[in-house]
Amino acid sequence: MSRILELSASELVSKIRTQEITAEEYVNKCYERIKEVEDRIHAFITLTENIALEKAQEIDSRIRRNEKVGTLSGIAVAIKDNICINDVRTTCASKMLENFIPPYDATVIQRLKSQDAILIGKTNMDEFAMGTSTEHSQFGPTHNPHDLDRVPGGSSGGSAASVAALETTISLGSDTGGSVRCPASFCGIVGMKPTYGLISRYGLIAYANSLEQISPIARNVADLALLTECIAGQDNKDSTSIDSGTQNLKNCLVDDVSGVKIGVPEELFGIGTDEVVSKAVWEAISKLEGLGATFSKIKLESLEYALASYYIIAMSEASSNLARYDGLRYGLRLDDENYDWSTAYSRNRDVGFGAEVKRRIMLGTFALSAGYYNEYYLKAQRVRTLIRQELSKAFKDFDLIIGPTMPILPFRLGEKLLDPLEMYMCDVDTVIANLAGIPAISVPCSSSQGLPIGVQMMAPALREDVLIKVAFSLEQHLKPDLELKV
Amino acid sequence: MVETTELKVKIGLEVHCQLTNLKSKLFCSCSSDYRQSPPNTHVCPVCMGTPGSLPVLNRKAVEDAILIALALNMQISNKTIFYRKNYFYPDMPKNFQISQYDRAGGIPIAKNGSKKLEVEKIVHISRLQIEEDPGKISYEGTIETSKSAFVDYNRAGIALVEIVTEPDINSPKEARIFLQKIRSIMEHLGVSSGELEGSMRCDANISIQGGTRVEVKNISSFKEVERALNFEITRQKNLLRTGHRIGQETRHWDEARRVTISLRVKEEEEDYRYFPEADLVPLSISEEEIERQKNSMPELPEGHMQRLMTQYDISRQNAMTLIDNKALAEFFEESAVNYSHPDLLGNWIVGDLLSYLYEMDIELKDAKLMPRDLVKMLELIDDGTISGKIGKELLKEMLISGKSPDEIINQKEMRRISDSEYLNQLTEEIFSSNPQAVKDAIKDPKAVRFLIGQLMKKTGGKADPQLANNLVNEKLKTSKT
Ligand SMILES: [Zn+2]
Repeated sequence: MSRILELSASELVSKIRTQEITAEEYVNKCYERIKEVEDRIHAFITLTENIALEKAQEIDSRIRRNEKVGTLSGIAVAIKDNICINDVRTTCASKMLENFIPPYDATVIQRLKSQDAILIGKTNMDEFAMGTSTEHSQFGPTHNPHDLDRVPGGSSGGSAASVAALETTISLGSDTGGSVRCPASFCGIVGMKPTYGLISRYGLIAYANSLEQISPIARNVADLALLTECIAGQDNKDSTSIDSGTQNLKNCLVDDVSGVKIGVPEELFGIGTDEVVSKAVWEAISKLEGLGATFSKIKLESLEYALASYYIIAMSEASSNLARYDGLRYGLRLDDENYDWSTAYSRNRDVGFGAEVKRRIMLGTFALSAGYYNEYYLKAQRVRTLIRQELSKAFKDFDLIIGPTMPILPFRLGEKLLDPLEMYMCDVDTVIANLAGIPAISVPCSSSQGLPIGVQMMAPALREDVLIKVAFSLEQHLKPDLELKV
Repeated sequence: MVETTELKVKIGLEVHCQLTNLKSKLFCSCSSDYRQSPPNTHVCPVCMGTPGSLPVLNRKAVEDAILIALALNMQISNKTIFYRKNYFYPDMPKNFQISQYDRAGGIPIAKNGSKKLEVEKIVHISRLQIEEDPGKISYEGTIETSKSAFVDYNRAGIALVEIVTEPDINSPKEARIFLQKIRSIMEHLGVSSGELEGSMRCDANISIQGGTRVEVKNISSFKEVERALNFEITRQKNLLRTGHRIGQETRHWDEARRVTISLRVKEEEEDYRYFPEADLVPLSISEEEIERQKNSMPELPEGHMQRLMTQYDISRQNAMTLIDNKALAEFFEESAVNYSHPDLLGNWIVGDLLSYLYEMDIELKDAKLMPRDLVKMLELIDDGTISGKIGKELLKEMLISGKSPDEIINQKEMRRISDSEYLNQLTEEIFSSNPQAVKDAIKDPKAVRFLIGQLMKKTGGKADPQLANNLVNEKLKTSKT
């Protein structure tokens, strides 16, 4: 394996710009690495080698001609397969979209292209982003680079595993209830779900549109900040996108947490939290205290209902967002002659969707039905409001809220596949930020038997700068003992 | 047995008006001028529901809706939310429609308005909402025999407002009048041209004597509404008369066969699972914006009517009929500036012109008539060149051919005959071939009209009526002796 692949994005950008290495050389190394490990990792669904190499050559020649290049010039970015790239198959890891070729670029893709990033391939995920392990992919699971028998987390498992396994330098995932922070934690890298609206969702194939955000993944905090700045900002194609304000994330890359006030809700260490995980997170908190931060234990009672509220809202939205896959315009289409509309639709949807997707569509349809709407959907929305209110009250006293990203260590493939509820329970700490629309980051803080453990930090809306600053400090002072198995 | 003749009918309407004057669709930048275009050429990822696409509200549609709400005396919400109406049907690219809702936390753009039909009659309007139009499905031949269905998404995503009334309407005629008033308001506001095909459609719910509500869908114009309601009311009355119960159901108006057909009964009613559309942010409407729209409010039908009456001295009835169709009123005004008897002009437009249009089943814009030609025609009557009766024929001809009155008169020799020698000769002929009528006329002055009529007939209505009258009467005098 080439040492080039271990370099950070900013190091690579400067080496490529100074022609110490060429973008083409670097991209070729990425594909060599991909070919070397993919049979064991399976992070990608589609590789875009031709497009990537062409772009790399173009960037190299522009550099040789002394022309201006973008902030990500030549950097390989892997893209979760629910983000549309014009003319590149985008499957959502579903048979439904096995042959879907978007006729347009997502806004984040446009922004990456305009900053001269290199789109290296489309990554594996749970079907339609519904899952916590990437085992629900209709193209087979992804494996954790730190233990091939274990899951990489999900649903952005491919995006995280590809970065961890040095197949790419950075990647984009999407985070609906932890789908980027979970695999970042399980794969020992950094993942951040930004404030709802910070990054345009235009071109992100919806699972639960009031909760999800396209989210950056990187091996270090500086790269994460670089990637975030490149894709953030208002977009007139997404009405829910917001102005990122005055945040300058690069300026936050300083090792100084003095005076930072941290709240530690006991609810984030509830039943089901692995002892080693709690211990690792508390060590991280102590480390921050040693560096000048202060912390207090707090109670946030509404969090008890976060998971139930999250699943009801997410499934309700999913039932509507996924309605368009009926085989007529989008989705798998069986022979439909002699069938009426509804029978033809049912046949297509029965074959096209996997079991977990069908489960969530059915539960969501139920939650929105007349007679149940008030009891489920509306009650879940009320809980959501309570959580927002309780968090915004807490943020009057604290800059940050800290807890585990995942309550447990990466589990074995198949271990939770037959028990959906147990799988859902894994999201208990991550769904909070999605319900509240606030930013949250997962940073590696420790390991146990070679398996990564991540610490999660949440900040008020549009305070990604605080997250980046504290995450950067943690990164300087905690070096988890991890080793790639590929 | 129930006595059904005097049963009280209650009708509520849901009127859908396309905001046809908007340049683009409700949530994307596709052109809304789709009517002349080949199928599926006015589409983009947004209105096709392509995975990953997102709607962005056309703010102009909101401005239009505020105008409409003001014109209907409605309370405008300071915050309004879009909801998803979920149902599987091929005309909906996303299998849900972005609409508004007044329950489950929904807030439509405006509520609680009213529209006066006549002095004593008020129709209350419960809500106004903004929503997207679905696409259009067509078949080869009929639904039953067509091998496949064709879907055209050009219409999908076109901006609509839905006006929902209370069940205050008591007859099919009132329903038609209400729709005419709504159309006139839309046209005066400049937000919708009711004359474009399919731009105004409605669903109606009908209950008889406080009985069960039956909903009739797919009424494509206000010409159809009276037919559809008449059919449905007769159907329900017949059921009651024969001792049947009326069950809650949804029926479909089959325009071709002119019957309503059951779509589904109560037990099969669809659950649309309305819930908020999170891709669109709740919309705030400030007092300032409402004030701004108020100030930019164009002349409304009522004001227009008053002005026509005072400015042109035409009858209230004529003014009312004119403003029901804004194009007609404008045509009147354009003609009136060049004509010295606007009251006469009004009679012609409201009377003959309107009934010809109705007969020919065309809109004024499709007729080839120019205001100056109508004025010219009236002047020809005034100066005696043609008779009023010829004028009527001429008008019809002008509507069809678009030719000027002079051209038609010359072509068809419609000029009035004032040649007394020629007319005298014809009178002689009539007298000799109708001896009995001559005898009657001598005894009874009222019977003279028959003889004059014969003369007019012989000249194809072109004889100068005054001259014809004189000639016949003189001839009678000589016949007496
Ligand atoms: Zn469009």
